[in-house]
Amino acid sequence: MSSASLVIAGVFDPYQYQFFTNGVVVATIAGALCGLLGVFVVLRGMSYIGHGLSHAVFGGAAASAVMQLNYFVGAGIWGVASGVIIGRIARRRLIGADAAIGVVTTASFALGLALLNRFGQAKKSIEAVLFGSVLGVRTADIVAVALVTVLTVVVVVMLYRRLLFATFDPDVAQVSGVKVAWIEALLMVLLSLTILVTMRVIGTLLISALLVIPASVARMTTNSFARMLWISPIVGALSGFLGMNLSYHLDTSASATIILVATAMFITVYTVSGIRGRSRIAHVHHV
Amino acid sequence: MSGGILVECAHITCAYGSTVAVRDAHVTFRSGDFVGIVGPSGSGKTTLLKAILGTATPQQGHVTKKPGLRMGYVPQVESVDWNFPVTVLEVVAMTRTSRRYFPRITPDERRDALDVLERLGLAGLHDRHIRELSGGQQQRVFVARALFHRPELLVLDEPTSGVDVRTRHEVLHLLADLHDDGVSIVLSTHDLNGLAAHLPRLICMNVDVIADGPPLEVLNSEVLENTYGAPMEVLVHGGMPLVLEHGADDVSRRLGGTR
Repeated sequence: MSSASLVIAGVFDPYQYQFFTNGVVVATIAGALCGLLGVFVVLRGMSYIGHGLSHAVFGGAAASAVMQLNYFVGAGIWGVASGVIIGRIARRRLIGADAAIGVVTTASFALGLALLNRFGQAKKSIEAVLFGSVLGVRTADIVAVALVTVLTVVVVVMLYRRLLFATFDPDVAQVSGVKVAWIEALLMVLLSLTILVTMRVIGTLLISALLVIPASVARMTTNSFARMLWISPIVGALSGFLGMNLSYHLDTSASATIILVATAMFITVYTVSGIRGRSRIAHVHHV
Repeated sequence: MSGGILVECAHITCAYGSTVAVRDAHVTFRSGDFVGIVGPSGSGKTTLLKAILGTATPQQGHVTKKPGLRMGYVPQVESVDWNFPVTVLEVVAMTRTSRRYFPRITPDERRDALDVLERLGLAGLHDRHIRELSGGQQQRVFVARALFHRPELLVLDEPTSGVDVRTRHEVLHLLADLHDDGVSIVLSTHDLNGLAAHLPRLICMNVDVIADGPPLEVLNSEVLENTYGAPMEVLVHGGMPLVLEHGADDVSRRLGGTR
């Protein structure tokens, strides 16, 4: 066999395992989904909310494990509730939204840890939730990620102009008849659902990176909101796909490798776009 | 020239936590009005505008609007995120989104938006990113967006803050033209001589409404001292009030400048 065909055979080697194929499919879709919602997260300066929400969902996941509830039901109710509460807190700028979010979500995270320590088969399940578990991806996970992705795409396409207006200028949007509170609640629900279904793949600790990096890459490459909504999911999907494959060959953690691939794209685009990119990224807010 | 009531604020009080921003304000805005709200920073001007618009809810009193009233709002230029990825056309088209599905700007909307832009002297700029415009053009894009909604009442927050003299004149002429075309206007401003003195009606406020009437009536030293807490003198020059500040007179003496 020539060295070229050896390389090609090596590249396809992991696909003989069904769990790996499942992992690649779910990581690619999850990357695209996080990339799409990430556009709103980044432009609204909600990076910290994404980060906090993933920690909050961890609490729900732990509680549902302890109470032997279905993960999607337990963590779902917990996550959506936290999302809506965080959304409401974040709108009241006067009382220090970042601190309030920090309290709610880290408390939820701590509660999850304590519950798993006390009642769970602690170490294994904690690691699985913190760092994600590609080996554990089941058909149900693929279906869940795909469903949330379809739902998110439908919502973004249907409500594109309202989402744009409410993101750019919520006060004027409200005066012009857009139901801003409703749109914001919808975004928080989608964000919670996204975190819920992707958490088992990417893990609590790294999911917020996938909500921020692809959108930031997209922002540096275009001045158009519409184009950002294309570029960001593509960057996310590529990160998921390449990260999974590299992680097999380098024998590194899948979620860490996915984020490192996304970071490499970020650094490349940042360097290429030079000073222009620097002035723009300075305006990617962090709440 | 004033017509039917558009918005009535009946003894409204608005507060943020324990800080009262507007206290017991009773003001009415009618069709054909062109009103300036003046007062120092933190005097509740923006809050009163927000109560009119419905984005701030009064703790006491209530705001009544003419049923189906269409309002346009032009926020302070400083509050806009100029790095947000949108073009001029996308910004203008925003105000007709409340019942639109799908991303497309329809041909009708595009034609109307281009008409509004042309009317405001912005023809040919519709594909530009909002950051690529001059200060005066940026201000007019946001007026264009408000007009695209075909408002009966146009509300502007500090339309001339942070703009140069020429742009201020442009904005003032533009607003006078719109008023001639039948749009009622309410705006807040810091600028007593450059803007407020030219308007037919002023509301002076400092949490409380201190005076409400034509500039020649309300711009006097007593009202201004109550509003700004600083000594001021009013001269009448060519039928127009001209406000002079005296608070810093002793500074020029101390620094050896002329009086």
